Amino acid sequence: MRPFVIRRPKSLDEAQDAARERPQDGVLRAGGIDLIDRMKEGIDAPAELVELRGLADETGELMRALGPAGDGMQVGALVTLAQLAAHEGFGAARAALREAAGSAATPTIRNAATLGGNLLQRPRCWYFRHADLVCLKKGGTACLAVSGENKFHAILGGGPSFIVHPSTLACALTALDAQVEVRGAEARTIAIGELFLTPKQDARREHTLEPGEVLVRAILPKAGDDQRSGYAAVKEKQSHDWPMAEAAVKMSLQSGVMTDVRVVLGHVAPIPWRSREAEAALEGKPASAALFAEAAKAALAEARPLRDNAYKIPLAQGLLREVLHRVAGVPLPE
Amino acid sequence: MSDRARITRRGLFRGIGTAGLLAGCKPSERPPTTTEDGEQPPPAGSAGALGPGPSPLEFTLNGQRQVAEVAPHVTLLAALREQLRVTGPKVVCDRGACGACTVLVDGVARNSCMMLAHDVDGAAVTTVEGLSQGGKLSVLQEAFIRHDALQCGFCTSGMLMSCQALLGRTQLEREDVEAAIAGNLCRCGTYPNVVAAVLDAAKGSA
Ligand SMILES: Cc1cc2nc3c(=O)[nH]c(=O)nc-3n(C[C@H](O)[C@H](O)[C@H](O)COP(=O)(O)OP(=O)(O)OC[C@H]3O[C@@H](n4cnc5c(N)ncnc54)[C@H](O)[C@@H]3O)c2cc1C
Ligand code: FES
Ligand code: FES
Repeated sequence: MRPFVIRRPKSLDEAQDAARERPQDGVLRAGGIDLIDRMKEGIDAPAELVELRGLADETGELMRALGPAGDGMQVGALVTLAQLAAHEGFGAARAALREAAGSAATPTIRNAATLGGNLLQRPRCWYFRHADLVCLKKGGTACLAVSGENKFHAILGGGPSFIVHPSTLACALTALDAQVEVRGAEARTIAIGELFLTPKQDARREHTLEPGEVLVRAILPKAGDDQRSGYAAVKEKQSHDWPMAEAAVKMSLQSGVMTDVRVVLGHVAPIPWRSREAEAALEGKPASAALFAEAAKAALAEARPLRDNAYKIPLAQGLLREVLHRVAGVPLPE
Repeated sequence: MSDRARITRRGLFRGIGTAGLLAGCKPSERPPTTTEDGEQPPPAGSAGALGPGPSPLEFTLNGQRQVAEVAPHVTLLAALREQLRVTGPKVVCDRGACGACTVLVDGVARNSCMMLAHDVDGAAVTTVEGLSQGGKLSVLQEAFIRHDALQCGFCTSGMLMSCQALLGRTQLEREDVEAAIAGNLCRCGTYPNVVAAVLDAAKGSA
């Protein structure tokens, strides 16, 4: 790692001044897991780290909040994955977030990794993470995965870059219709879908935050008594690994009929992939194994695999069916 | 005894340091290290900032107050091993993916390779060296030995720390132990014995 300066601002203003003063070199640090990884690999070499964990003002308080807010819930950006996984206030309605947090990375990494950092971490693509390679994301002319090794790359929504979005929490939060509050020169609250950028929008960035803008918290809307949600992932190793595919589902279930259905697949596309096709197949219908199979097929109908990742199609279909069965309480067929 | 006779294998490796051991490797072949890559520090930051050079750091290490001068870019693992000569936490992946470097920071199991030394300013750090008291192994360490919970031993110092963080809990089930060591890679596959040892130690310490 290249030597750097650490700043420990106490207020959002100080933090933003610090980050704005040197927009090219100064970066915000939360748990530091992704940042230190990139700095060790030599793909990032900031001259200053601006610590978010010491913020002691009102913003800092919101960034550590976890619990009810209005008729919904708030999860501060500095809340760790371990805190989320242990939190008992999510209930069946928001179980997807607890399950996602508890499945990501390892227990010790979860003790450090934060919600904000998890959403804003950079892609795991091995070409992007290699200091000696200049891929599209780093100002090069081509996504090296297209003609290279692409086992873990996108099968949906790819092009010109074929990264998959790395954030497990993003998958669950998208299913839960979360909003995120951002504070920069001005404060704004946006739907989580507006946080992420497709490579067609901007191949070099994955999110819409400007340098110095701080993600303050995620806000989960009101959940009815009949809301259910769930999350699952498949990995080469059960722990330690990023998923090959993940699925998060939310629905309201009344007398077996599903409404307000959200279906999101992770690690298959450059953004958390909301499948409107699967949602349409399920919306307003009674839950059944046959319908779930149909919805899973619809979710992957547009998939365009690269050389090494066609396996993700049946994998994501099977995973989505499994989560649908569990959330809707329909026994899995033999 | 002559000075020569007192050179131990461990001391020798410490003395040569990674730089010496790796001198023959091309840069691209070198395994990742926790040490700096030798580039020049950027210009000094404004007032209130820490670094880029060595800056004062104070924390408690295994019950003893430590005062050191550490540069901000040095990881906790590197500071412990290379500056303070506490070599219980091991360097394996250096990327948060194996758990060999696990230490307790205020009682919480953390990957010391993915923390900066200055993150523990004012905190209490426990490494495997801090488990034994006055030369007597801890209940957990004794249980590891009884249950043969190690083979090559390379994951053991980290494994012990993840398990130690569990022991305060009142009701400990097999699943709790399995979940707690899910970040500690053991290439020898000693997991079942580790789980047995921790359950045994939990009974003993209750
Ligand atoms: C072995 C291993 C396995 C892993 N497996 C998974 C997995 O399965 N799923 C998964 O999702 N992740 C996984 N990860 C990644 C890990 O979860 C992320 O690196 C971590 O969540 C990042 O959070 P952080 O707080 O450490 O972020 P940091 O490293 O501190 O920050 C990441 C980025 O976000 C920016 N940032 C952070 N917080 C804010 C904020 N509040 N406002 C504005 N900008 C901010 C930083 O500037 C930086 O660019 C794994 C990591 C390891 C080491
Ligand atoms: S050396 Fe720190 S986790 Fe592997
Ligand atoms: S005992 Fe050899 S790695 Fe665990």
